Order: sequence, then structure tokens, then C-alpha cells
Amino acid sequence: MALHALSTIDSVRTKEQVADMHFMEARSKLLELAAFLDRVERATGAPDYRIKGLQSALPLLLKGGTERVATILHHWSDPTINPADKAETKVASGVWSGIK
Amino acid sequence: MRYIEPHGHMVSRTTDDYESMALAGCAAICEPAFWAGFDRKSADGFYDYFCQLTRHEPKRAAKYGIPHYSWLCINPKEAEDLGLAREVMALIPQFLQAPNVLGIGEIGLNKNTRNELKILEAHIDLAVQHHQLILVHTPHLEDKRKGTRLIVDALKSHGKVKPERVIIDHVEEHTFREVVEQGFWAGITLYPESKASPQRAVDMLETISSQNVWLNSACDWGHSDPLAVPKAALEMRRRGHSVEVVDRLIYQNPLQFLSQCAKFKDPGVIA
Repeated sequence: MALHALSTIDSVRTKEQVADMHFMEARSKLLELAAFLDRVERATGAPDYRIKGLQSALPLLLKGGTERVATILHHWSDPTINPADKAETKVASGVWSGIK
Repeated sequence: MRYIEPHGHMVSRTTDDYESMALAGCAAICEPAFWAGFDRKSADGFYDYFCQLTRHEPKRAAKYGIPHYSWLCINPKEAEDLGLAREVMALIPQFLQAPNVLGIGEIGLNKNTRNELKILEAHIDLAVQHHQLILVHTPHLEDKRKGTRLIVDALKSHGKVKPERVIIDHVEEHTFREVVEQGFWAGITLYPESKASPQRAVDMLETISSQNVWLNSACDWGHSDPLAVPKAALEMRRRGHSVEVVDRLIYQNPLQFLSQCAKFKDPGVIA
């Protein structure tokens, strides 16, 4: 079926307008991420696969294009296709544990 | 501003939340059956829960002038025990005639297991047999893409499911397009951390589709925000979208889907 997105407002919105609206929020979130990675670095113990998965997504931010969120979500997704035999847990961790 | 909250677990929320939602313009709330945060040990526990959803919760909502509707099922988180799941499903038909029940939901998958899939297929069949709308929960985080594909396959392979009578909820940027392209409705859930933010939701509406989609807070006992839908509306207004466009997204779209069940009354029409 044909998809109809909201409007063409994005195409008439300037980069400056978008920055005026969302830059400070994005800046704050980037600093939170940096602080989180520093905190992990200071901690002891074995590496955690979730952190590794998060770090492996960082280069995807710099690749350009307009599909960064989808690209990262695909990167973190379980790539298998068959149903699992049994649930080992009820919760999801946020990053597929098999990411290399 | 007026809006419909098409997915909120109000049994987990306080009366103050009803008041806040009413003040924000909430015109109707729909509540799918959900996991309680622990596994219920018997079908009796579900019987009580279905009574709560169909009899008690509408009275709580009515105190704030909000019509309350519900959806019934056993949640995929409790579907691993096939015996219990089938016992619970046998209870559902007696509740389907309740005046506020809209359909079967939120069914779906959690960890994408074979047992979850069996119970999903049984729920789909139950919905088709009783001519019910279907509300589907897609798995969380890294399990979402795989689960969404298994769910779409299960719905399409049934043969008698009408996609326009099914909403597949909790879509994100990597699953939204394939859901709506297959003719299903999509729900975007606004969560503080684990699903879409209001900003990302509006990005998706602007870049993927604003048709056959609703926004919901899915507010429950976890980290969630019962005012997430009006916050997304505010984000749309900040970006310059008109009042009419906002109304279409947060009121008319859910109304269009939900009105496929004759029991759902347009809250904007005075009886």
C-alpha cells in the first residue's frame, strides 16, 4: 500500500530552525552518553556485551543519510529467523548478545 | 485539544492520572490486557482481572468523564505455560459481549518462542471466530524485528485475517514501514526510554506514514508517561503542524480504527 507521510514541512524547515528546536537536547544527550562511557571505563570487572554493542553502533552515527535510527536498531536486532525453543528470561537487554 | 488514548494500562495507574489525562483532553481510553509484573498462578486470577477490566475500571474512568474500553487475552509473557494459557483463553468468550470490550489484545510475542507463537495463533483464531478486532504487542528492543516478522507471517498465513482490522503496536523506525505496507495499522508507543520519544514519533509520522497509525502511551506500572500523547501533540505543534493535522493524528486516526467495532462510540458526538 502507498504510504503518506505527514507533509513536506521537513523540506521547508531550515537546519538552523531544527537546531534552534533540538540542539540543546541532543547536546545534553551526547554528554550523558560520554559520561556513561567514562563511568563504565572507571568500573571494574569483565566487559559487558551491551556496552560493546552500544560502542559498535557509534560509527553508524557518522555515516550520513537520514536512516540512522533504523540502521542502529537493525544493528542491535536479533538476526535469527526461527522461533526460540524456550524463553530463558522474560526481559530484553537492548542489544542482541551475539553482536561481534 | 482532544485525544484518544488507545493503549493505556489504567489498572496500574492512580486516580490522579485519570484527572491529569482528563485535564489534558483525553476523550476515551482503551486498555489491553497485560502482564501484571508477575506470573498469575491460575485461570481464576485472570477471571478476576477480566472482571476488573470490564466492570470496575470503566467506573473509575467515568468519574473523570472518560469512556473506558478494554481488550482481552493472555499476555505473551505468560504464554509459555500452554495449559494455563488455554485455560485462560477459554474464559475470554464469555467476556466478549461486555459493552466495553473491543477485541483481542494485546496478543503477540515476547521472546519469540514456539509456545508464544502457538498461543498467538490460537488468539488470532479466536479473534477471527468471534469477529473481533486484534491488537498486537511486538517484542521489546533486540527481539522486536524478528518478532514483528514472525507476527506478520502468522497473521498473513491464517488466511481469514483482515489486515485493516489489526493494529500492530510498538513499531519503531525499523519495523513501522513493513507493518503498514502489509496493510496493517501501526501503533507508535511513546516511552521515556525503551520505545519512541515524542520527537522520534513525529519524525516517523513525517517520514514514513501518518495514515493507518496511532500514538499511545501504553502507560503501565513501569517507567511510562500517561501524558505522552499530548506531549507528542505539543511536539507536532512546535514543528508547525496545524491543529487540524494534530487532531487527525491523535483523535481521528484512532477513532477510524476503533470504530470498526460498533461498541466504540465517537466521544466527540454527544449522545
